[in-house]
Amino acid sequence: MDLDKIRNFSIIAHIDHGKSTLADRILELTKTVSGREMRAQVLDTMELERERGITIKAQAVRVTWKGNELNLIDTPGHVDFTYEVSRSLQACEGAVLVVDAAQGVEAQTVANAYLAIENDLEIVPVVNKIDLPQADPDEAAKEIAELVGGEPDDVLRISAKTGDGVAAVLDAIVERIPRPSGLVSPEAPPRALVFDSSYDQYRGVVAFVRVVDGSFAAREPVRAMAQGTRFEAEEVGFFAPTMRAAQTLGAGEVGYVITGLKDVSRLRVGDTLTSERRPAADPLPGYKDVKPMVFAGLFPTDSDDYPDLRDALERLKLNDAALFYEPETSQALGFGFRCGFLGLLHMEIVRERLEREFDLDLLVTAPNVAYQALERNGEWVEVHNPAEMPRELDAIEEPYVSASIIVPKEYVGPVMELNNDRRGRFDHMEYLSPERVLLAYELPLAEIVLDYYDQLKSRTRGYASFDYDVAGFRPGELVRVDVLIADEPVDALSMIAHRDAAYPRGRALVERLKAEIPRQYFDVAVQAAIGSRVIARETVKAKRKDVLAKCYGGDITRKRKLLEKQKAGKRRMKQVGAVEIPQEAFLAVLNLDDGSRR
Amino acid sequence: MTGAGSVRHVYVHLPFCRSRCGYCDFVTVVGRAGQHAAYVDALLVELELEREALAPELETIFLGGGTPTFTEPGQFERLLAALPAATELTVEANPETVTPELAALLRRRGVDRVSLGGQTFQPELLRVLDRVAGPDDVRRAFYHLRDAGFDNISLDLIYGIPGQEPAGLDADIAEALALRPEHLSCYELEAKPGTRFAHAHGDELRRQAEAMESYFERVVETLVGAGYRWYETANFARLDVGGRDLRSRHNLAYWRGRDYLGLGISSVSTVRGRRWRTTPRLGVYLATLRAGRRPPRELELLPEPVRRAERFMLGLRLDEPLPLAELADEVDSASLERLEQLGLARTVSLDGGETGTSAPALRLTTKGRLLGDAVTADLLA
Repeated sequence: MDLDKIRNFSIIAHIDHGKSTLADRILELTKTVSGREMRAQVLDTMELERERGITIKAQAVRVTWKGNELNLIDTPGHVDFTYEVSRSLQACEGAVLVVDAAQGVEAQTVANAYLAIENDLEIVPVVNKIDLPQADPDEAAKEIAELVGGEPDDVLRISAKTGDGVAAVLDAIVERIPRPSGLVSPEAPPRALVFDSSYDQYRGVVAFVRVVDGSFAAREPVRAMAQGTRFEAEEVGFFAPTMRAAQTLGAGEVGYVITGLKDVSRLRVGDTLTSERRPAADPLPGYKDVKPMVFAGLFPTDSDDYPDLRDALERLKLNDAALFYEPETSQALGFGFRCGFLGLLHMEIVRERLEREFDLDLLVTAPNVAYQALERNGEWVEVHNPAEMPRELDAIEEPYVSASIIVPKEYVGPVMELNNDRRGRFDHMEYLSPERVLLAYELPLAEIVLDYYDQLKSRTRGYASFDYDVAGFRPGELVRVDVLIADEPVDALSMIAHRDAAYPRGRALVERLKAEIPRQYFDVAVQAAIGSRVIARETVKAKRKDVLAKCYGGDITRKRKLLEKQKAGKRRMKQVGAVEIPQEAFLAVLNLDDGSRR
Repeated sequence: MTGAGSVRHVYVHLPFCRSRCGYCDFVTVVGRAGQHAAYVDALLVELELEREALAPELETIFLGGGTPTFTEPGQFERLLAALPAATELTVEANPETVTPELAALLRRRGVDRVSLGGQTFQPELLRVLDRVAGPDDVRRAFYHLRDAGFDNISLDLIYGIPGQEPAGLDADIAEALALRPEHLSCYELEAKPGTRFAHAHGDELRRQAEAMESYFERVVETLVGAGYRWYETANFARLDVGGRDLRSRHNLAYWRGRDYLGLGISSVSTVRGRRWRTTPRLGVYLATLRAGRRPPRELELLPEPVRRAERFMLGLRLDEPLPLAELADEVDSASLERLEQLGLARTVSLDGGETGTSAPALRLTTKGRLLGDAVTADLLA
């Protein structure tokens, strides 16, 4: 295929600004799918994606427009998947930036636009939803022009819903986005960027690739250069929108390679494929081993479900190389897994898939971040669980993020106040328009994981939009707070807190536990401690009476049922030393309550 | 008069009351004097229908309510006359209904035990409970019964009434002891869901809950100190009466897991692994029995493991050791060990008597009995 006739592009947008709807219209208009086949948002295959209105996995579809081959590379829309987004963008020469005419530029628009600019992409700016009564296309166009440079008049105005202006978008893609560059010669050592992969239970790992140099064909031995994984390409082809096998995939083209590999972790996003026969000297730039930053314990509510949870995680991992898990045993919650996620949304998606697709009833502990701890022996260790934090150490570092918050100007004060409370470091402030302000901060990820979204939403009446990117580890004045029940430390309740917050958080936890722990046959001390220093203490008083007075002929059945209920309650008790605590008490303290979810 | 069956205990429910007390959740019928005769007719038909289940000789009959002694005297006497003979015949009475005439009627018809619903001697607390009688009525009723020759009188007390101070509780116990009743039943007030009482006083009771937690201990200590045997969670029998066993034989039958037959609306029977509750609806009850048919019942089957669990649960309410021979499977041995360490339960050896053998048995300590429900739930395997 002539490189002049190929255009590779992505659509980038803030959530709900109409990315998927635009993709659907493009498929229709180019007759890639017939109206009869058309289901709304064809590209989002997973049930969950459809419901949440977000795209988890990137896919690529080839369409034909006026004799040109256009490859639409779908990108995940959320910050947790920044690395995946950047790989998808690296596979393109241009991006259609979609902004809602009623909402204007949002935090994610900014983050994605910057990513596109960093990847040297030509941006085709589009204002969508011009059919809405509250639309202000001129204002939105002005904001976009301000953001990406250029004139407001160059911004296309469309309604993806009605199809109005979509043909002009396709024309602009052909006119404005550059043709791919690369070595077209069949002799050139081939190179292809893996920008995504998925797992098919019959065919193994399917790699989504952008061929940069040379060409790939079926039955060819292939090597992934960064990881060193070797396989034979079983089939190559493209999506239109379903899989179509092809003889070859040539330079500039986008498509798939069926690898036959049985594990997605053997072929990571960002790696470069080359031929074993004519290997390239250097891989394409930008490969990174993404590391999970947010950790939480996942425990089955019913301990009999443990093997099912293990199987489900194994299966999810096949399709989600970023998911990390290792077995965890908690005296309070039994057997489960400590799982690592790219961020909070990733965690929510995994949790929902486990519950929905695998029908598991889960208990998810409050999330924490990854810490770097410098032990007394001078070695750094990464800690995923507060209970594993060494008690004796020289330093702790915690992950920080660069956060962008966009708010109407009247909320700047409350947001600054929140960020100060959350140990944020002010970086800079920009007026995107006379009304809207971008605040850039550095914040500890741990503070975000702890109900930051809720606070931000409530303090800005829901007007704030927020995005972040992990900026690296920084030292912190952090301490490990342990909880002791009847002098026994309870692993699941340990937490890492900033020194200044340790006392109030320890106090709150102890008070909460006092309310949740049922009274026992003896007094039970509930304490929070830093090392051997107790910072908060409450006592659950022994119960003195627990017997129902009247029990005659007519009462026996009722008493027996009450006893059975009491007995069933006892069975759900967890033994912590001599103290019996119902799992619900731990749940109340540990579980993510709905309020702290995004 | 009786049949060829095995049931030796009969409960007769007389639902009529002058007025309804706010805390009560029994099935009661206020007024309806015109229906007393019809109700007694129905009871007697029901007795005939069930007679086959009864043993040739009955051990106990208990007439409860409602207010049995509120039943129109002629009808009440007709009922008493028609009942089969029993070793112990108890009638529940409310103080305001006890006149010398009523006491004489009871004596005449073979009643040998009266359970008097005193509840409290504090006028303001009696009002909280919606009781009709005043403190003097309680004492007067007691003397009328004594004068008529009753030497086995039980007095009911209720503690934990909204507004009741520890001093008020002590005064109540002292007043009760001054009467020297042979038997005392002491109940903590429960604000049962659905009663007017729960609605009116629920919040106050919850507020007082912590302070009132010590009342049960206080009742037990005082009564045991005054020479009463704490033979069941809520029941006390006088010991200083020349070797007479003054425990309620009827109620002991429940706690020992014996079969019993209930007559009247909402009464419960347990016979040979079946338990049933008769309809609580007076009209339905009267109509079906007038037609010579059994009234509608709610039936529950009690398989052997359930019966064993019940015997275990009920047996632990008593102060006598519970023989474990048949119940060994019901006990969780790890829990037992833990509860013994905490001083809540104790295993003992029961002397086999003539056979010279000894058998393991289980008893709860005083502290264990105060926590009886939790301890039982722990012990039950």
